[in-house]
Amino acid sequence: MDMNIELFFQYLVAGITYGTIYAIVAIGFNIIYNTTGIINFAQGEFVMLGGMIAVSMHAFMPLPSAILAAVLLTMIIGALIEITFIRWLVKPSVLRMIMITIGLSIIIREGALHIWGESVRALPYFTGTAVTAIDAGGVFISPQVLWVIGISSIVVVALNLFFSYTLLGRQMRACSSNRDAARLCGISAKNMVTFSFVLSAGIGALAGCVVSPITYVQYDSGTGLAIKGFTVAILGGLGNSMAAVAAGMLLGILESFSIWVMPTAYKDVISIAILLLILFVRPSGLFGSKEAFSLKEF
Amino acid sequence: MRFQKYFPVTGLIAAVIAIQLLTYFTDSAYMLTQLTMSAYYSLVIIGLCILMGYAGQISIGHAGFFAIGGYISAFLTTFNLLPHTTNSLVSFFSKTGFLKMSEDLYGGSVLHFQPWAACVMAVLFTIIVAYLIGGPVLKLKGHYLAMATLGFGIIVYRIVLGTSFFGAADGLSDVPPFVIFPGLEVSGKSSARIQNYYIASGLVIAGVIILLNLIDSRIGRALRSIHGAEDAASAMGVNTAKYKLHIFVLSAVFAAVAGALLTHYNGGIGPSEASVMKSVRYVAIVAIGGMANLWGSLIMGFLLNFLSMRGYFGSFDDAVFGAILIIIMLFAPEGLLHKDFFSGIKKMFSRTAKEEEKA
Repeated sequence: MDMNIELFFQYLVAGITYGTIYAIVAIGFNIIYNTTGIINFAQGEFVMLGGMIAVSMHAFMPLPSAILAAVLLTMIIGALIEITFIRWLVKPSVLRMIMITIGLSIIIREGALHIWGESVRALPYFTGTAVTAIDAGGVFISPQVLWVIGISSIVVVALNLFFSYTLLGRQMRACSSNRDAARLCGISAKNMVTFSFVLSAGIGALAGCVVSPITYVQYDSGTGLAIKGFTVAILGGLGNSMAAVAAGMLLGILESFSIWVMPTAYKDVISIAILLLILFVRPSGLFGSKEAFSLKEF
Repeated sequence: MRFQKYFPVTGLIAAVIAIQLLTYFTDSAYMLTQLTMSAYYSLVIIGLCILMGYAGQISIGHAGFFAIGGYISAFLTTFNLLPHTTNSLVSFFSKTGFLKMSEDLYGGSVLHFQPWAACVMAVLFTIIVAYLIGGPVLKLKGHYLAMATLGFGIIVYRIVLGTSFFGAADGLSDVPPFVIFPGLEVSGKSSARIQNYYIASGLVIAGVIILLNLIDSRIGRALRSIHGAEDAASAMGVNTAKYKLHIFVLSAVFAAVAGALLTHYNGGIGPSEASVMKSVRYVAIVAIGGMANLWGSLIMGFLLNFLSMRGYFGSFDDAVFGAILIIIMLFAPEGLLHKDFFSGIKKMFSRTAKEEEKA
């Protein structure tokens, strides 16, 4: 394939768009991991639920309120899941938590299959249509790409502010750095875990809404996003949300350019091969510290 | 006393024969088809049980090994080598008796690998892959191990789904019967239904005997020490990395053999056999069986696969496995067939009975 400069930027834009979404999914992983030490294998399902609910809601209400409703509903689902399945477990082993969250992801996926069927759905483009494009010097950018990048940036900044300046955010951070000390200060660690599920469900759902016009959404689209989100979370160093953004861009761009050397059908193989490679070579992530990693428990 | 551990095996043999006689007398021989398939899946499950329950290493990628075994067998026994006879490798295989000429549906001739040769190559390839993957993967723990094995499974799934000579989304079909010797063959013909049931069950029994011996050997004790406390085990001089790797490869071989033979039995294989859901299903069944409980996994493997293939779970097939997995992990993480679970229930009932008496 010819490598001209316009095509190069076209792939770059596509890579950044997907990378942003992966980063958002990875941040969802990190929020729960930081407060609980659990990897929530059902994280991708939150993204799928957000997209699906928004599409259904859009039949009755305008787009912004449909998205808001989808995010709120997914947050409620996230809270219910945590309260029903996780809150009352006493020091569950990692293996047990892996199995429970995998089971949850299957139940949510099968539930979605029974509610919405196998059909592929999408929200309409937030502005313009599928063919609207902004010409940026030979590179055509869909306005939806700007929406994805814009909303994701707002989410990242808002999260940072939330964790630095609000009482709730600080309490959550206290729990993640030392659970027992936090409890001695009167913070309810259990409530913080519930909040972390609510927060990451909401972020996942929002990601599902903004990306659905481009990637479409189906009952089983969560698994693929989850594995890529996890790749990005590991790549950046588990628990580090800022590094996840950089890692997300990296994976998105790598994946986008992989089409040059490999058939599209193998696109996912690339990202998972990167995941395995990182796990084998540097499990603390590209930006993580090796010493800190060796102290963590898995 | 040494043979005491084989008493349950004679029970298993008796149960296998009893089930066949039951289907004979109740005129439901058609059920043998699903029973045979359940037996092959049970082979994967007992292999995974040794890895998960005894060596304590989770694998959410065993459908990948099953698919490697099945796909390589299917590919080698269906791919026509006739246009490639000039190739020196092909002529070498042809001279050494690895290849066989047969007729396809339209009367054309096809030169392909003998099923036994394909099966051996499939297993050998699986061993190589399992060693290559297992080495680095088994250094990981917890979430990382789970994700890495899941990733391996997805890679296999994506490759078979995206590769045209593996039939892409359609998979491979028209896989010939595996003739063990004239009159005994692994195939889906209804006349060979009873013998196939016994071939599959015999394989499971052989697998159980191998694993029972393994559990009771030096290796088995080393494995349990790894599961109990890996650091302590390695401090005592147990080469934990080596044992984990060998068990990983062994369980991969169990999966590949099951995959290869089930492919001959079904006459084909599709990408769904490599899907994540299949891997999760195997893990769920081992968990339900009680992790370090070979018999529990075997019974659950037979039962749940049979019920699933007879369509008892309807369109909720996957959801049932997900729900079972959650319920078991919430309320009985030691598994359903664990003795503590039953005594726990007994205690629960006896307590309520006593309280009622008092009232």
